[in-house]
Amino acid sequence: MKAAVSLIVVLALVVLAYLGTGLGQAGFIFGIVLPYLALAVFLVGFVSRVLGWARSPVPFRIPTTCGQQKSLRWIKHDRLENPFTAWQVIGRMLLEVLFFRSLFRNTRMEMHQGKMTHGPSKWLWLGAIVFHYSMLVVLLRHLRLFTEPVPFFVGWIEAADGFLQIGVPVLYLTSLGLLAGLGYLLLRRLFIAQVRYISLLNDYFPLWLLLGIGSTGFLLRHFVKTDLVSIKSLTLGLISFSPQLPEGVHWLFYAHLLLVCTLFAYFPFSKLMHLGGVFLSPTRNLASNNRAVRHVNPWDYPVKVHTYEEYEDDFRDKMVAAGIPVEKQPQPAAAAEKE
Amino acid sequence: MHDSGKIIGGLVIFVAGLTFPFWFTLAAGQADYRPDPERPTGQKHCVEDTAYMKAWHMDLLDHWRDEVVRNGQRVYLPDKRWPCSRDEDCTGGFCQQGICRYDMSLTNNCLECHRSRARFCDRCHDYLEVKPYCWDCHLAPEEE
Repeated sequence: MKAAVSLIVVLALVVLAYLGTGLGQAGFIFGIVLPYLALAVFLVGFVSRVLGWARSPVPFRIPTTCGQQKSLRWIKHDRLENPFTAWQVIGRMLLEVLFFRSLFRNTRMEMHQGKMTHGPSKWLWLGAIVFHYSMLVVLLRHLRLFTEPVPFFVGWIEAADGFLQIGVPVLYLTSLGLLAGLGYLLLRRLFIAQVRYISLLNDYFPLWLLLGIGSTGFLLRHFVKTDLVSIKSLTLGLISFSPQLPEGVHWLFYAHLLLVCTLFAYFPFSKLMHLGGVFLSPTRNLASNNRAVRHVNPWDYPVKVHTYEEYEDDFRDKMVAAGIPVEKQPQPAAAAEKE
Repeated sequence: MHDSGKIIGGLVIFVAGLTFPFWFTLAAGQADYRPDPERPTGQKHCVEDTAYMKAWHMDLLDHWRDEVVRNGQRVYLPDKRWPCSRDEDCTGGFCQQGICRYDMSLTNNCLECHRSRARFCDRCHDYLEVKPYCWDCHLAPEEE
């Protein structure tokens, strides 16, 4: 149901682009207004969300570790699992961000001949890494439509990505990787009962949206071709703030663009913010040095205290009179005066 | 302790990377460049009409390659039926039964009108960072 609703939303966006630019003449809105709006929402939303996180104090070190902490000289320290210095933290984070190490450790439990067994489960890691790296390459490849002159490395990426030379224009491996990775990530939510149970609308929607972007992009490259020079003149107009709407661009291009705009505008409010959040996860990015360095809690409130000594000063005479033992005896002079 | 210094540094790098197309293109000062491929003068029309050629010429050439090399077919009947009464009406093709037909050949047909690779093919291809492998086998016409 949730999967169906989010699919319908994505399809409705495609239909909207068709109604607006295939039948209607709303190219100005879809080609110029919405891209600027979406980029503005993305930038402001992303930055303000990360700044909100940055305002949080970091009082203590709370890394989750699974290796020997730095200790005595003769005890072997596990530098990556239990980082002590900033460089060790950087090493740990690099493995996390570039290779999804936590996900690689995924395990599954199964009843096996009446016994509970644990085994490795790499499929999620594989689907995630194929999708993310394909997405990165696809984004970098798109620079050819957004820069003039095109930076040198874009040609290298294209040559490597299309080295099989299938068809004209050549098929890129990452086009397939993107769709295959997303397809797996979607199917596991649909067909693994436990995962389906915990899946929400905002788990399905980004997947359908990205699948929509990937498939419209794939169609535009291989099956519904349209004049690319016109499209690049639109994008270059947008980035030089003097946009001009080209004529005769196929409506499917505007559908692709509308889905991308939706992704950008939706991004700061969604789970996709893990792009920034992964760098801010305190169980990963803090050095495990609680025993070596004193960390003072920045929000410690200056508590007004009244010590026992002060209490005794206030009531010593009454305490002595009542026969309660006191730590500090009253001054003999004062006592004599009383008598 | 706050980590806001490091986070704001990271954020600045992120925004700089994200806006790379903006500042890179504006710094290069070529944002208003549009390729202007040299059109042949004195010719009536291409094999198919211009809008189709702009988007689909690579498929046409791919199809021609397969037809000639694999199927031994050399004559192309365009989807666009150009009416004609004699060969001269057909811009490099020939007239048969009142409709233009063409020899399926990059070198002997396309390059007869579009005489310069650098001033025709490459202008758009460079603009869009396309490196077709046509020229792995075909010789580009000598530049005059």
